[in-house]
Amino acid sequence: MSRNSILAAIQKNKPAEKPLPAIPSFANGKAAPIDIFTSMVEVGGGQVIRDTNSHNLNTTIKKLFPEAKRIASPLPAVERNVDLDQLPSPGELESVDLAVVRGQIGVAENGAVWVTEENCGHRVLPFITQHLIILLNPSDIVHNMHEAYERIQVDATGFGLFIAGPSKTADIEQSLVIGAQGARSLTVVLEAV
Amino acid sequence: MNEHAQKAAEFIRDESRTDWHDEALWFVRTKRDKASHGIPEWEELRELASQVKDNVLSNLDQYLEQFESRAVQNGVHVHWAADAEAHNRIVYSILEKHQVQRLVKSKSMLTEECHLNEYLIERGVEVVDTDLGERIIQLKEEPPSHIVMPAIHLKKEEVGELFHEKLHTKKGATDPKYLTEAARQHLRQKFLAAQAAITGVNFAIAETGGVVVCTNEGNADMGVHLAPVQIHCMGIEKILPRAEHLGIFTRLLARSATGQPITIYTSHYHRPRPDGEMHIVIVDNGRTAQLGREDFRNSLKCIRCGACMNTCPIYRRSGGHSYGSTVPGPIGSILTPGIDLKKYSGLPFASTLCGSCSDVCPVKINIHEQLYRWRQVITQEGHLPPAKRQSMKWAGRVLPSTSWYNFFGKLVSWAIRRFPRPFLYNRFNEWGKERELPQPPRQSFKEWHRQREA
Ligand code: SF4
Repeated sequence: MSRNSILAAIQKNKPAEKPLPAIPSFANGKAAPIDIFTSMVEVGGGQVIRDTNSHNLNTTIKKLFPEAKRIASPLPAVERNVDLDQLPSPGELESVDLAVVRGQIGVAENGAVWVTEENCGHRVLPFITQHLIILLNPSDIVHNMHEAYERIQVDATGFGLFIAGPSKTADIEQSLVIGAQGARSLTVVLEAV
Repeated sequence: MNEHAQKAAEFIRDESRTDWHDEALWFVRTKRDKASHGIPEWEELRELASQVKDNVLSNLDQYLEQFESRAVQNGVHVHWAADAEAHNRIVYSILEKHQVQRLVKSKSMLTEECHLNEYLIERGVEVVDTDLGERIIQLKEEPPSHIVMPAIHLKKEEVGELFHEKLHTKKGATDPKYLTEAARQHLRQKFLAAQAAITGVNFAIAETGGVVVCTNEGNADMGVHLAPVQIHCMGIEKILPRAEHLGIFTRLLARSATGQPITIYTSHYHRPRPDGEMHIVIVDNGRTAQLGREDFRNSLKCIRCGACMNTCPIYRRSGGHSYGSTVPGPIGSILTPGIDLKKYSGLPFASTLCGSCSDVCPVKINIHEQLYRWRQVITQEGHLPPAKRQSMKWAGRVLPSTSWYNFFGKLVSWAIRRFPRPFLYNRFNEWGKERELPQPPRQSFKEWHRQREA
């Protein structure tokens, strides 16, 4: 059987035991990296909107995407018109103009936001939608990836990911094009605290 | 002349294109520099990454077993493949079971290495590569020329022409934005119709049994979350012990690859969707043999960022296709001789040994030292081309002997001064093809020194 022969070959060929190094956190101790986070989201091609609360959330959304007809979100606070619980097939989401999901952790050094399937209603939603909004509590922004992974349990759900911008490509002559196969834009909405 | 040199000679015949290719890659290299300089602990991260990989290689069997048992607990089907053929058979059997006729794939160098596409197409499966660069070369029926930017060798005019023919874009259209939009529409149809999706794997976590895939386009996720069957194909070396180690590697990968702080999407797959099925295929295909080669096992630390290609003066001026291997560039030149020493015996010579590859490598593989080591192995095994073998033989005789050395030194200086050009620059003088021989000094250093001492 392949399995056992592969494992036996590894046992025979592997080098002598080398220990795992300890990983420092590399955080600089200074708080409030919101500005760094904001500029890194912009580097990734997204934008950050600050100080939104539950009262003005829907007006903010409308102002940002006045044209959006089909809006999907698992969040009850969002005015939406796509029922994520009654999908005949995930392909139905192809016509979604805007999706609004909650992010759990933001990472200042690269502008990435951790989102899991529980935040999305359906796993494909943040990709298949034309535009994506992620709500984030600014107190959930950490410095770097080490801190982020300390806070996340990657297998708490079946699927989770970091999103750091709109879908993009530079596969044609290295020219950057936003809107490859996934969402065409990313807006991170930071809630007022 | 070995195959790489021959193909490189063809590549550089078009001088302006060579310059363009060179500059495109160098541009990516400079972006990498900028991104890495923004991280004060960059060098420390490289060292940590290298040490983690050392630990992984020294415990690979335990980690793989741990990974397998966790993945199975998570409801994932785990398969093992000793070689490319077994890998392809396993993938096909999964597809056959589900009667899959339409398959989408995201980037995977492993499936490229195994020639999976050809295998499946022969058996009647429609295979669509969904990374834009990969789709371009798939439509063009070419292999990738770079592991991160598969179509880096093509100009937008060529892509425009290709898309006009295959996707019916406007004739003469070359705007990357327009062409990308056309591909988006085309690929969305393919995603919606697909019955299964295959991805490569950037990292696999032993502790949790999950796999991590990094993309910028979101194509891996569009495929995986729309199709009922998801298959992830990984080499045995992709393992990391724990999720916390992803902190190191996600910081290094995109910065090294394209100069981005992180890829747009870093997806962690642990369990299938409630209505879906998830498979992981673990592949050896020569990797355990490489693990047994003490001088070369470090090559298995590679995270396929492509930085060594972008920086390599040979790669930049000879193009990925000149290597004739799935993984081109410096890392390809130390991986492939382990697979077929004779076939790839030219590749370790496709280097100036400048060491730039080792300097940029995020996991600190001693690439240029391994290139040098492979040259020795290739020479010992008798795979040198005749011209090189002869000159090495001569050098082996002349260089250890003072009297022969002195004699030949004089003879050559004399010949360069006296002989007419056709005697010096001809097909026997490989070195002088694009270069002038140095003007020999009237006096050798030795003579000068002796005179001075006297
Ligand atoms: S050898 Fe190093 S630099 Fe080259 S692709 Fe692999 S990880 Fe990147």
